[in-house]
Amino acid sequence: MGVFYHIDKSTVLQEARVFNESPIVPRKCRLLLTKIIYLLYLGEPMATNEATELFFSVTKLFQSKDIALRQMVYLVIKELSTIAEDVIMVTSSLMKDMQPKSEVIYRANAIRALCKIIDATMLPSVERFLKAAIVDKTPSISSAAMVSSYHLFPAGKDVIKRWANEVHEAINSKPTSLVGTASSYLSFTSSGSSYNTPSTSNISQYHALGLLYMIRQHDRMAVTKLIQQLAGSSRGTFGSSSGTLRNPFAYCLLIRYAAKTLDEDPNSRQQMFELLEGWLRHKSDIVNFEAAKAICNIKDVTSKELHPAVNVLQLFLSSPKSTLRFAAIRTLNKLAMSHPTAVQPCNFDMENLITDQNRSVATFAITTLLKTGNEASVDRLMKQITGFMSEISDEFKVIVVDAIRSLCLKFPTKQVVMLGFLSGVLRDEGGYEFKRAVVEAIFDLVKFIPESKEAALAHLCEFIEDCEFTKLSVRVLHLLGVEGPKTATPTKFIRYIYNRVILENSIVRAAAVSALAKFGVSAEDSEVRKSIKVLLTRCLDDNDDEVRDRATLYLKLMDDEESAEKYVKDDSTYSLAALERQLVQYVSNQEASEKPFDLSAVPKITKAQAEAENLKSRSFDLVSTQTIGISSSAVASTSAAAIPTSRDATPTPGIDQQVVYAHQLEKIPEIAAFGSLFKSSVKPVELTESETEYVVSCVKHMFDEHIVFQFIVNNTLNDQLLENVTIVMQAESDDGSLVEEFVIPAPNLPYDQPGSIYVAFKRTNPEDYTPCCFSNTLKFLVKDCDPSTGEADGEGYEDEYLVEDIEIVTGDHILPTYINDFQNAWDSMGEEGQVIETFALTAAKSLKDACTTLIDLLGMGPVENSGTPTSPSLHTLMLSGTFLGNIKVLAKSRMTYSPSSGVTMELSVRSSSEEISRQKGSSRYICLFKVSKSGTFAALASVFAKLFTDSRTFVVVQYLCNTIGNETIFNCEGLLNEIKEDQNRIMKFIRICCFGSIFICNALMWTFFTKALNKSSSSLQVTVLNSATNFCMTAVLGNIIFGETLSLQWWFGASLIVIGTLLINKSIHDRKDRMKNKDKRQ
Amino acid sequence: MGASVSKALARIFGNKEMRILMLGLDAAAILYKLKLNQSVTTIPTVGFNVETVTFKNVKFNVWDVGGQDKIRPLWRHYYTGTQGLIFVIDSQDRDRIDEARQELHRILSDREMKDCLLLVFANKQDLPGAMSPAEVTEKLGLHRMKERSWYVHPSCATTGEGLFEGLNWLSQNAKTK
Repeated sequence: MGVFYHIDKSTVLQEARVFNESPIVPRKCRLLLTKIIYLLYLGEPMATNEATELFFSVTKLFQSKDIALRQMVYLVIKELSTIAEDVIMVTSSLMKDMQPKSEVIYRANAIRALCKIIDATMLPSVERFLKAAIVDKTPSISSAAMVSSYHLFPAGKDVIKRWANEVHEAINSKPTSLVGTASSYLSFTSSGSSYNTPSTSNISQYHALGLLYMIRQHDRMAVTKLIQQLAGSSRGTFGSSSGTLRNPFAYCLLIRYAAKTLDEDPNSRQQMFELLEGWLRHKSDIVNFEAAKAICNIKDVTSKELHPAVNVLQLFLSSPKSTLRFAAIRTLNKLAMSHPTAVQPCNFDMENLITDQNRSVATFAITTLLKTGNEASVDRLMKQITGFMSEISDEFKVIVVDAIRSLCLKFPTKQVVMLGFLSGVLRDEGGYEFKRAVVEAIFDLVKFIPESKEAALAHLCEFIEDCEFTKLSVRVLHLLGVEGPKTATPTKFIRYIYNRVILENSIVRAAAVSALAKFGVSAEDSEVRKSIKVLLTRCLDDNDDEVRDRATLYLKLMDDEESAEKYVKDDSTYSLAALERQLVQYVSNQEASEKPFDLSAVPKITKAQAEAENLKSRSFDLVSTQTIGISSSAVASTSAAAIPTSRDATPTPGIDQQVVYAHQLEKIPEIAAFGSLFKSSVKPVELTESETEYVVSCVKHMFDEHIVFQFIVNNTLNDQLLENVTIVMQAESDDGSLVEEFVIPAPNLPYDQPGSIYVAFKRTNPEDYTPCCFSNTLKFLVKDCDPSTGEADGEGYEDEYLVEDIEIVTGDHILPTYINDFQNAWDSMGEEGQVIETFALTAAKSLKDACTTLIDLLGMGPVENSGTPTSPSLHTLMLSGTFLGNIKVLAKSRMTYSPSSGVTMELSVRSSSEEISRQKGSSRYICLFKVSKSGTFAALASVFAKLFTDSRTFVVVQYLCNTIGNETIFNCEGLLNEIKEDQNRIMKFIRICCFGSIFICNALMWTFFTKALNKSSSSLQVTVLNSATNFCMTAVLGNIIFGETLSLQWWFGASLIVIGTLLINKSIHDRKDRMKNKDKRQ
Repeated sequence: MGASVSKALARIFGNKEMRILMLGLDAAAILYKLKLNQSVTTIPTVGFNVETVTFKNVKFNVWDVGGQDKIRPLWRHYYTGTQGLIFVIDSQDRDRIDEARQELHRILSDREMKDCLLLVFANKQDLPGAMSPAEVTEKLGLHRMKERSWYVHPSCATTGEGLFEGLNWLSQNAKTK
């Protein structure tokens, strides 16, 4: 519009004087008002006095009856209401306009304008009108009143709360078929005719719902009731109001409220979820989408719950409307971060979207596919990404690069494609963050995918030739120094590095010198060494101190083999976490700072170990950044949960924790003699409830030939002092494989100061790693003491306290390790040391569940991201670990999941020692079998005992003979007659046989029984099972052999025993909460 | 289109338009009595009301502006272009007649109001003990105003007595534009 081309504020204000003229020319005024609005829209600052002046001029226009002009006046008043003073001046006029008598088109707009100019103190005076307006039949008026109330709510809570009934009525009002004005403010038709256009949108329901929620938001019950009422529950409870809502936006709002309620109130979860699911089938797209999105955003949503929502989104993906496609792909993209498996079914549809002409849809599709895709699709995706990398912003590029980095680690075989892509984008223009992401991705390739090393390093060399970021250059140079010498042709890197010495700033030069020196030290070829020396000598003339210093140092080192070995080549590094801890300790301790810091006390770790740690945290990072926003709190809480409860252990999980334990143990000379610590259990096992008098937890420390149990005891009684606290450990099955060496008691335990008791065992047979179980009793001397001072008085008395059993499981002997190429290692291990077992884990709820339990139980580390299942029904878990004595163990577990039967898994274990493999798999289940055998033999023993004494032996023998006779066509009539004739002799013989069998059976029974006891973790379970088998077998044999009748009562009793056995077994499982007890031999 | 036709007609038949500012107690009641010829109970005006009343071929644009303390300073925004001021006095309220005088003189001293006619309605004449128009004239000190044409007329807003006589005076004395 040409009119608006050169608008100047002062001109407009001058022109505004036309408002004061009489008579008014509506057309001119309208144009001027439009200009004012336009100016305000442009953000033209307007002084208060100017605005006030203008405002009063505008009020003069109320004398005109022109409808279009009046609407513009309302608009300008609303705009000026925040800038001008004394805007209450129009109150009377507006109130007159909103009266039922006046034009409908005036009323709605007058209400909106009025609510802009009044404050809370004036609210009561207009309350009557607004209440009437809310229930007005005309939707536009009703909407205006409710939207205005919504905005006034913060200021006038108390007044507006009283309108809840009216608002409720407005929601439930029947659709008005004929009335309803177009809610447009700007209707330039100058005729005064009524503006009746039928409105079918029912938008006022949306406004009413918003207001009603605002009024009731703090009353959870009321909100829940509101949602149920409006959702029109199909159960008919609220049948009268079912389906009151007709506006899709109102439904969207309702869905948001439902989702919020679901989030805040776990009790309502089921109910709200059902509602959300129902809305997925609503006839409006927007409602379906909102419901799907709400379900996807539920915090701990299960894949089953996600299924219908994802289905809906999948339909949208192929919708012709691009907004729907965008909305759906965006939601799926977010969902893919936390639940990639749930999104997988949509892969096909998403692939179609890659070529979508809408760039946003396409980028979302690709990033989502990267998260859910499989190896086969990677090539194609990479090609697609390359196509539009140049069209997206840096931030987005970083996301893409990160996605590719995690892909590299997931699919190492695709490294060539990935590397090609990364080096390609490295050449593109981009900021530091983007370049850093790319360089880090390449670093990861170098570290974890050996095949790509050469190519990756070459790309990096090329990159530093023209790198504007010092930080990145330095990092690349360092990496070249470390990795370069190990490659086939180290010399080709030297030229690149020396170029840096010539061309770059001092920081890069210094880094280049260090890198050069590493080549010099490791080079085999004396020619190369010589050249490097020449290069370094040239660096001595550098004008920077640091560069010269380094050059000098390295030149010296190159001549001295030994120190070069020590300082340059040494791959091991200090455990940084431990180093930091000790330095902090050193700095904070006054006394210690007089002596120099003892570096030798800091544990060193090898490069490989550090890298494995690094990778672990890296992959954890990736996971956590992906799910950030959703689960960052959850991550925080899990890591917090991992912190041991004992207070003398520093709250740092993982390897540092182990260092802390190792340190504590080294201080005890007896234990230090055992050698280096192999493994400490990560979490202390709680042996008591957390609120008992004495809280005991235990940490298991494994040494090469010893096991040390560290009991951490905390006395929670403030009127007691415990002295000479010791633990008596009794092995459940004393087969002599573990011999107690010594106990280091805690001398005294005052209130709330935890103390440690150490019990050491020696493995008599270093090759025997049988799991075993110990019962523990705490023994101590109690002295009463004054709670306030803690002084003990008088003689104490001996007391003891039974704590729960502790057991050593296979996992205790295994240290999780990280290996790069599982398949290779697996194959190289060969079939010899393999044991395969199949188990059904009925109790595991999902594959993820099963994985975590298995990892916990075996104490091995998941490899190649197999720790988190990607498919809900099928998964292969790969584990690797180091067994005590540095024996490598690999385990592969194929699992299938079905809702009815739980998780079925086939666990195959390979290791360099067959013994371990076998024992890992089988031990638990063999014991059950042995117990059944012992029970059967016990039953047989009693049968023979009876045969020995019973008068019916003869009958039995006869029966036996008959049976055999029938089958073998052997006529035993003669024999029987013989027996009858010579009864005494033969009977005597049979009886003697029976008598012997009693002893044999008993002996067998005891053998199996003790063996089972050995194998089982719980003696109670074994005994009960033994008795049950004995009982049942006796009954059955009695029936068959002696013809004893089994009454209904007997069956009842027997079933009770069986149930009881199951219950006892179950309770043991529950208490120990361990997977293996839940398993059953399939 | 319609507006321009009526304007043309107005010119032909010599229709006059007058802008009137009406201030004082119960002015709103008088306004709506004039406009609708029915007595309405009004609440104190917060702000202003504007109505057009046609009487004897003269179109009166009557602005009734509220009299609350808060609003009084804002009266000045409505002075511009005003040809006649109608000042409504509560004839029964002798205590506040002095306050009314002060306000009236303040309004009339404004430059914008130099040429405007002054009509005072001595309202509520139906009530016992009401001041007579002469007394009101005296109390408001109108006699001292030489330059201005003014007129005091007794009125009663509830019955409408005297209102049109006042307007009549205004229309007769208005300078033709």
